[in-house]
Amino acid sequence: MTHSSNEGATNPLEPERSNQQFNWRYYLHFSTDHKVIGVQYMVTTFTFFLIGGLLAMLIRGELVTPELNLVDRPLYNALFTLHGTVMIFLWIIPFNAGLANYLVPLMIGARDMAFPLLNALSFWLIPPAGILLISSFLLPNGPAQTGWWSYPPMSLQFPPGQPINGQLFWIISLILLGISSIMGAVNFVTTIVWLRAPGMTFFRMPVFVWSVLSAQLLQLINLPSLTGALILLMFDLSLGTNIFKPLEGGDPVIYQHLFWFYSHPAVYIMALPAFGIFAEVLPAFARNPLFGYRSLALASLGIALVSIFVWVHHMFASATPDWMRVLFAITSMLVAIPTGVKAFGWTATIWKGKLHLDTPMLFAMGGAAMFLFGGITGVMLAANSFDLHVNNTYFVVGHFHYIVFNTITMAIFAAIYFWFPKITGRMFAEGWGKLHFWLTFIGANLTFFPMHPLGLQGMVRRVASYPSEYQGWNIIASLGGFLLGVSVLPFIANAIGSILDGPRATDNPWEATGLEWTTSSPPPRDNFAEIPQVIFPPYNYGNPRAYGEDSATQSGEEVSSHNE
Amino acid sequence: MTRSPSTSPHNDESPINLERIRQKFPRWLRRFLPSGGGSHEDHHGKGMFGFTIFLLSESIVFLSFFFTYAVLRLTTPNWLPAGISGPEPSTFVIINTVILLSSSLVIQLAERSLNHHHLKQFRWLWLLTALMGTYFLIGQGIEWSQLHFGLRTGLLGATFYILTGFHGLHVLSGVILQVIMLVRSFIRGNYNQGHFGVSATTLFWHFVDGIWVILFSLLYLW
Repeated sequence: MTHSSNEGATNPLEPERSNQQFNWRYYLHFSTDHKVIGVQYMVTTFTFFLIGGLLAMLIRGELVTPELNLVDRPLYNALFTLHGTVMIFLWIIPFNAGLANYLVPLMIGARDMAFPLLNALSFWLIPPAGILLISSFLLPNGPAQTGWWSYPPMSLQFPPGQPINGQLFWIISLILLGISSIMGAVNFVTTIVWLRAPGMTFFRMPVFVWSVLSAQLLQLINLPSLTGALILLMFDLSLGTNIFKPLEGGDPVIYQHLFWFYSHPAVYIMALPAFGIFAEVLPAFARNPLFGYRSLALASLGIALVSIFVWVHHMFASATPDWMRVLFAITSMLVAIPTGVKAFGWTATIWKGKLHLDTPMLFAMGGAAMFLFGGITGVMLAANSFDLHVNNTYFVVGHFHYIVFNTITMAIFAAIYFWFPKITGRMFAEGWGKLHFWLTFIGANLTFFPMHPLGLQGMVRRVASYPSEYQGWNIIASLGGFLLGVSVLPFIANAIGSILDGPRATDNPWEATGLEWTTSSPPPRDNFAEIPQVIFPPYNYGNPRAYGEDSATQSGEEVSSHNE
Repeated sequence: MTRSPSTSPHNDESPINLERIRQKFPRWLRRFLPSGGGSHEDHHGKGMFGFTIFLLSESIVFLSFFFTYAVLRLTTPNWLPAGISGPEPSTFVIINTVILLSSSLVIQLAERSLNHHHLKQFRWLWLLTALMGTYFLIGQGIEWSQLHFGLRTGLLGATFYILTGFHGLHVLSGVILQVIMLVRSFIRGNYNQGHFGVSATTLFWHFVDGIWVILFSLLYLW
């Protein structure tokens, strides 16, 4: 694949583009430009990803031996609590928001988000919330220790007489992050519904935009339930009410309902943008139109809709009545249908394509393949009897990490490599990218596959010590975990080196379709010299005009036909 | 996608043509619905759409509280602790409720007079709304001080004070918004170009009143 077919062509934007240097100082300012905010989101959340990864490696370090020897139990509890919270609420969800922030206005042909100031405020809530959460390590009794669910009554058992404690920091941090997400969701939905360029009908939007729309609708509908639960939890923890305290007549199961009403759809809020990334990357490197565009677009909404009604499958062991368990087992399995449509569409897209195995494609194919595994264990867990058997074991942890790391984080890396030339105006080093992929792919499977046999054998999650017969698989998982730690080093070196000194990227180095590739790399402040008029269906691979070749003729023709 | 691309940007080939659907709705509803593609200039419509979906989202927080209240009330054997009677719909509370609910009508009239560029009438009606909201808040405070149970009196006290308190915070926010909009009306020409803030505050006020109807039924009538 030649990445430089446009190099010789005369581009009227050339002089303007040379002024558009990627200047890192610009990204430390309060800016209302969606592209700056997008990069701010992505860099900030990547920092939290590194912190969360460090916590994970401490956990894996402790689990190398059956005995407790690296950390004490309270610290171990704090490690897995903060690892989960950071990775979900400070890495994947806000990273996806950042990526969508950068891409959605470009993809639909808008100059910015609908509410630029609100957009900036949503971002600037994240660093203080994250710092607040991490700073709870400095408190005398350390951070929250009750897992990322913080189920009462356990989360209410902090030593009395300590009004300032890690659990309270956890609650406040999550409420702040929730407010940020809601403001972001209002912004995304309004932007997608109102600011599409002329001719950009709903069924001409890239599937990534559909995915963002579906995910952000879920944020709007489901996230407030978590906020409500956290407010009530805070009253119980700090103001002496008894809503979730069973000994005082309260009901802790209500918290579980409110928590999972958000936190199950949260998985789809994280996964849907990843599915969207696959739908962008796979056609571009298979040189095929996306198979079943409409089905894939509607499947995004379908997944979002069904996922609102599945939350009780996290509570099969919470004294849930039988009729409810059966009902929610069925709805949970229904998710497999729109998800299957997606997986089928990706496979059919690369079927008989001219595959170009560049780094973004490797990450996308690797992620989509591992999603198949994580999806199948998900359907297994939806079955009551099986779920009760492996409830609270490493099988659940393994399934979850196949989704959040092996699928979603792989998709995020695919996205970073795919849009790196657009965002920075530079090409990355392909060899380092491939090294990063293979280290990640091998490390991910080494780390998370052993958790499935461990869980089937009965190893319980969230314990710092375990019977010695589990040690073999645990050593493999820990080695894999350290390999994952090493795998980000070539990525960081590649990203920094390429930003500073990579070869200049053309406007459309992958010859991909989509409006973001028709503007310069990086795009000017207003994204487009003129708001584009969309005359093509998306993923029009095979039609050279769709990806910017001979663009002068296209706009000329378009204007003349418009005048008729 | 093998269909031949349509050449005109406005020839909407998708079955969803928003502009056509939009025209079928009455005018008051239409302002929440997006016009066709590329409506970058319509700040009022865009803002009202965003604010409406924000309120829908906000209502889920209340819904989570209502859910908690209903489940606790239905499953707790001794809902009223010994010697404690629950909140009663006294005349005082009912007057408070009537004042708050009728303020919705007043604020609607206020927004209408602004639509017709009757700025003076707008200011008086708007001020009246803010006063009615303030009266409700003071009345709520007086009722709180007269109740013989507190925040920690069992589940009844906790849910009662959290629900009314959270609603009261919204009323307070509404009054603050109203004061800001009133002050802005004295800036010359401020509302000549449009008044998104006034429309959003009006909608917010209806929302707060609607929540109170549900809250009143749950807390006092049930």
